[in-house]
Amino acid sequence: MLRLLCVRLLAMIPLLVIVSFLIYSLIALVPGGPEVALAGSNPTPERIQAIREELGLDEPFLIQYWNWLTDVLHGDLGNSFVDDQSVWSAVASGFPVTLSLVVLTLIFAAVAGLALGLAAGLRPGSWVDRLSTVTASAFMALPYFWVGMMLVLIFAIQMRALPAVGYVSFSESPLDWFSHLLLPAVSLATVPTAVVARQTRAAVTSVMQEDYIRTAKAKGLHPRRVAVKHVMKNAAVPVVTAFGVEANRLIGATVVIEQLFALPGVGKLAYFSVFSRDFPMVQGILLITAVLIMLVNLAVDLSYGYFNPKVKAS
Amino acid sequence: MTQSDSVDLRKPVTAPVGDGADLVEHVSRGRATLRRFRANKSAVVGCVLLLLIIIVTAAAPLIAPYGPAQVDISDRLSGPTPEHWLGTDTLGRDTLSRLMHGGRVSLAAAGLAVLIATVIGLPLGLIGGYFGGLVDWLLDRAADVLMSFPAIVLTIAIIAAVGPGLTTAMVSLGIVYAPRMYRVVRGSTLEVRREVYIEASTSIGTPHHMILRRRVLPNILPAALVQLSFLLASALLAEVTISLLGLGALPPTASWGSMLGQAFQEMRSQPSLAVYPGIAIAVATLCFNLVGDGLRDAFGRETRKA
Amino acid sequence: MTVTSAKKDGDTLLQIEDLHVDFLTDRGWTNVVAGVSFDVGPGEIVGLVGESGSGKSVTSLSVLRLLPDAYARTPSGRVLYQGRDLIGMPARALRDIRGNEISMIFQEPMTSLNPAFTIGDQIAEVYRRHKGGSRRAAFARAAEMLDLVGIPDAGSRVKDYPHEFSGGMRQRAMIAMALACEPKLLIADEPATALDVTVQAQIVALLSRLRDETGCGILFITHDLGLVVELADRVVVMYAGEVVETAAALDLYNAPKHPYTAGLLSAMPHLGVRGKELPTIPGRTPEPWRMPEGCRFSPRCGYTSDECVAAPPALRIVEAGRSARCCRTEQLRLVGSP
Repeated sequence: MLRLLCVRLLAMIPLLVIVSFLIYSLIALVPGGPEVALAGSNPTPERIQAIREELGLDEPFLIQYWNWLTDVLHGDLGNSFVDDQSVWSAVASGFPVTLSLVVLTLIFAAVAGLALGLAAGLRPGSWVDRLSTVTASAFMALPYFWVGMMLVLIFAIQMRALPAVGYVSFSESPLDWFSHLLLPAVSLATVPTAVVARQTRAAVTSVMQEDYIRTAKAKGLHPRRVAVKHVMKNAAVPVVTAFGVEANRLIGATVVIEQLFALPGVGKLAYFSVFSRDFPMVQGILLITAVLIMLVNLAVDLSYGYFNPKVKAS
Repeated sequence: MTQSDSVDLRKPVTAPVGDGADLVEHVSRGRATLRRFRANKSAVVGCVLLLLIIIVTAAAPLIAPYGPAQVDISDRLSGPTPEHWLGTDTLGRDTLSRLMHGGRVSLAAAGLAVLIATVIGLPLGLIGGYFGGLVDWLLDRAADVLMSFPAIVLTIAIIAAVGPGLTTAMVSLGIVYAPRMYRVVRGSTLEVRREVYIEASTSIGTPHHMILRRRVLPNILPAALVQLSFLLASALLAEVTISLLGLGALPPTASWGSMLGQAFQEMRSQPSLAVYPGIAIAVATLCFNLVGDGLRDAFGRETRKA
Repeated sequence: MTVTSAKKDGDTLLQIEDLHVDFLTDRGWTNVVAGVSFDVGPGEIVGLVGESGSGKSVTSLSVLRLLPDAYARTPSGRVLYQGRDLIGMPARALRDIRGNEISMIFQEPMTSLNPAFTIGDQIAEVYRRHKGGSRRAAFARAAEMLDLVGIPDAGSRVKDYPHEFSGGMRQRAMIAMALACEPKLLIADEPATALDVTVQAQIVALLSRLRDETGCGILFITHDLGLVVELADRVVVMYAGEVVETAAALDLYNAPKHPYTAGLLSAMPHLGVRGKELPTIPGRTPEPWRMPEGCRFSPRCGYTSDECVAAPPALRIVEAGRSARCCRTEQLRLVGSP
C-alpha cells in the first residue's frame, strides 16, 4: 500500500512539470506582456522598462520559467503584483474558508445523495424512486449560484434567519461558522447531490440483483445491514468516482459562491486576482489547485483497492 | 424485376468498405434509434421545449416587444404590467425582451464553445483512438494536463491573461472542454477499431482517412452526439457563470448571466429580477440533459446489442 | 393433506403444506408452484428432484421467503418449521430463524459470496448475528468451520477474499457459513451443479458426512437423480409445479411409480453401459401459462389414456410410505434403473 502510494506520487511529477509550464505560459498570452497590464493607463516607456527589469522579463522565456520553478520548489510562490503580499500566505489565509466550504458541501451531498440514491435503488419503480429521480433531474438543472441567490432571498432577506454574507472561523464560534456556511454549502451541494444520487441508484440496483445479496438475506441479516454493508461497499466504486469528479468541479464553483456570499476564501482571492491581473497570485492559485485535484484523484484511485479487493490483487 | 432486386441486394455485401450496405444498415439503425427516442416521453418534451427556446430567442429581434437596451427612466423597476409582462429593471428595460435577447447571446455563446471543443476534440480523438501508439499517448497526456484544473478556473485564468469579453471567454472555454469531447471520441473509436481493422485487412488498399470517415466516424457519432448535448448544458452554465462574474458578456449586452449579475445587485429592491433568468437557465439546462439522456438510452441499447 | 411420511407429527422438522407460489410475468400473475406438500424429518436427507422449470428451486426459496416480493407471492399454503408457520411469520422472527435454525446454500458458489469481504468476515458475520460474542471468537469459529468442511490451512485462509478460492472451495466455504450456527435444517439448492464432476462428488460426500456429524436435516434440490439416490433417504419428484412422486430413495430407484420418474431414471448415464444412446423424455416442461388439461405430464407420457386427460390426477398413497400422482400406476409395469 505504502509502495503503491509512493509510486503514484512519483508518477505525478512529470504531469506537474507540464502543468506548471502551462500555468507559467499564461503570461505569454497577455497582449503586450504583463508589464503593460501592470503599468496602468498611459505608462511612460521608462516605467515599463523598470517593471520589466524588476520582474526579470528581459530574460529568455525558458529561463524565466526555470527561475519561477526553482523558487516554487523552494516554497516561494512569489509576491502579489498588487500589494506585495506573499502568494503563499494569501492562499494560506483563504484556504481554511474554502476547505470548510468544500468539505461541508461534500458532506451534505454525500448524506443527501446516498440517501436518495439508496432509497431509490433498493426499491426501483416505487414512488420513492420516482421522487428521487425527479429531484435529481431538477438539481442537475438548477444553476447553483441561482439557488444561492434564492436561498439568500428567502432565508436572509425575507426571513432574516441566516446571514447572507461573511465568515466566522470555526475556532471562534462553531455555530456561527456553520450558520455562515449553511446557505453557500447548500447551494453548492445541489449538483453533487444529484450526481451522487444517480450513480448510487444505478450501482445499488445492479448490486441488488447479485446472488450474494440473497446469501446475506439468507443469513438472517436486517435489510438495513444488508444495504449498508453488503450493497454499499460493492456499489461504492462508481459513487466514489463521482465524488472525485464533483470535488474537482466544486473547487471551480467556489469562485462564484465565495463572491456571492462574500466569503474570504481562495475562490474570492482568485476572482480578485483575475480582475486585477495579479499574475503571480493567479499562477500560485492554479498550481495549488492542480496539486489538490491530483491528490483527490489519487485518493479516489487508491480507494478502489479497498472497495474491490480484486483490483488490489492485480 | 424480382430477380434484379435480389441481385442488387446481394451486391453491397461483398463491396468494399463504406459502400451501400453500410448506408442501408445505418439508415435502418437510425430509424430504430429514432423510434426509441420518440418513445421516451421526457426526451421528446425536452426536445420540443428546446426547439421552442431556440426559435424564440433566435427570433428575438423580430418578436421581442422592446429592444434589449431600450431604456425607459420613467418606468423603472415596475412589476408585471400589460406593457411589461415580466416588469422592468433599474433602467426601465423590459425584462421579457432582455430575456429573449439574452438567451440568444447565452445559447450562441454556449454553441460556440462546444463547436470549438468538437472541432478540436473530435478529430484528435479519432486519430488517437485509431492509430494508438505515441500519438495517442501524447494526446492523452495533454488531456490529462487540461483536466487537472476545474474548467471554470482554467477558463477565467486564460481570461485573466487575454482580457475579458464573451468571445474570448467562449474560445477559452472551447479549448478547456476539448479534452472532454476527445476522451469520449477516443473511447468509442477504440471500441470500433478492432472490428474495422479486420475489415481493413480484407479490403487491402483502402486508405486510413477513408476508413476513418466512412466506417469509424458513423459509429462514434452517437457517443459524440450524447456528449455534445451534455457539453452544451455545461457550456451554458459556464457562460452564465463567467458573465455573472463580469468577465464575459459586458454591459449593456444582455445575456442570462449578466442579467443575473445585475439582478443580484438589486436583490433587496427587486427580487423578481433574479428569478426569471434563473428559471430560463434551469429550463434550458434541463432540456439539454433530457435530450442527452434520451439520446444515450436510444443509442445505448444498440451499442449493447452490437 | 394426503401425503406425509410415516412419521408422527412431532417428528417432522419441516412440513410444507399445499404451497402455492405465483410469479409476476408479462402475462400477469402466473402460478408456478401448485399445491406442493412434503416434509423433512430431523437428521433426514430429502432430495427434491425435477427438471428446470419444475418449481423445485422456487419451492426451496419460498421456505425462507427469499423470493423478491416485487414479482413473487405465496397466495396459499403453509411452511411449518417445528410447528411454526414461516409464511405468515413476522419478518423479524423469520430473520432469527434464517441462517440460525435453517440455513441455505445456493447453486452459484462463484457469485453467492460477497467479493468485497473476506471469507472469514462473512462466516463470522452470521455467527455473531445469531450467537453474539466477540469478533475474535467469531473469527475463531469461522476458522473452525472452514477446517470442518475440509479447507486446508483454514486458520490463514479465513483472511482470503472469495476470488482467492476455487469454485469447489467457495462452495465449501458457503457450507461452512451455513453450518456455523449449527442449524437444524440445511437447504441446498443445486449446490453441486455448477462444479465439475469430481468436485461434485466431494461436495455430496461432505454433506453426507456433515449430516452424520451434526445431525442436521438436509433438503437437497437437484435435477440429477443419480446424486440424490447416493445421498438422500427419501426423494420428492416434482414436475410442472406439482409433486408427482415421493418414496424412499432405494424404492424409487428400483421401482418408480410414476412414468416421469421412470423416464428420469432411464435417462441417467450408467458406467459400463456404453455405445447406446441415452433415452430421453420427449418434449419439454410446459410453460406455466399453458398447462395441459388433466395430468400435466400426459403430453409427454408414453402411457396416456383418456382417463389421464379427463381430470387432473390426485397425489395418492400407492404403497406404505410412498405416493404417486398417476391414475394408471397400478396398471403399468414401470422399471427402475438397470
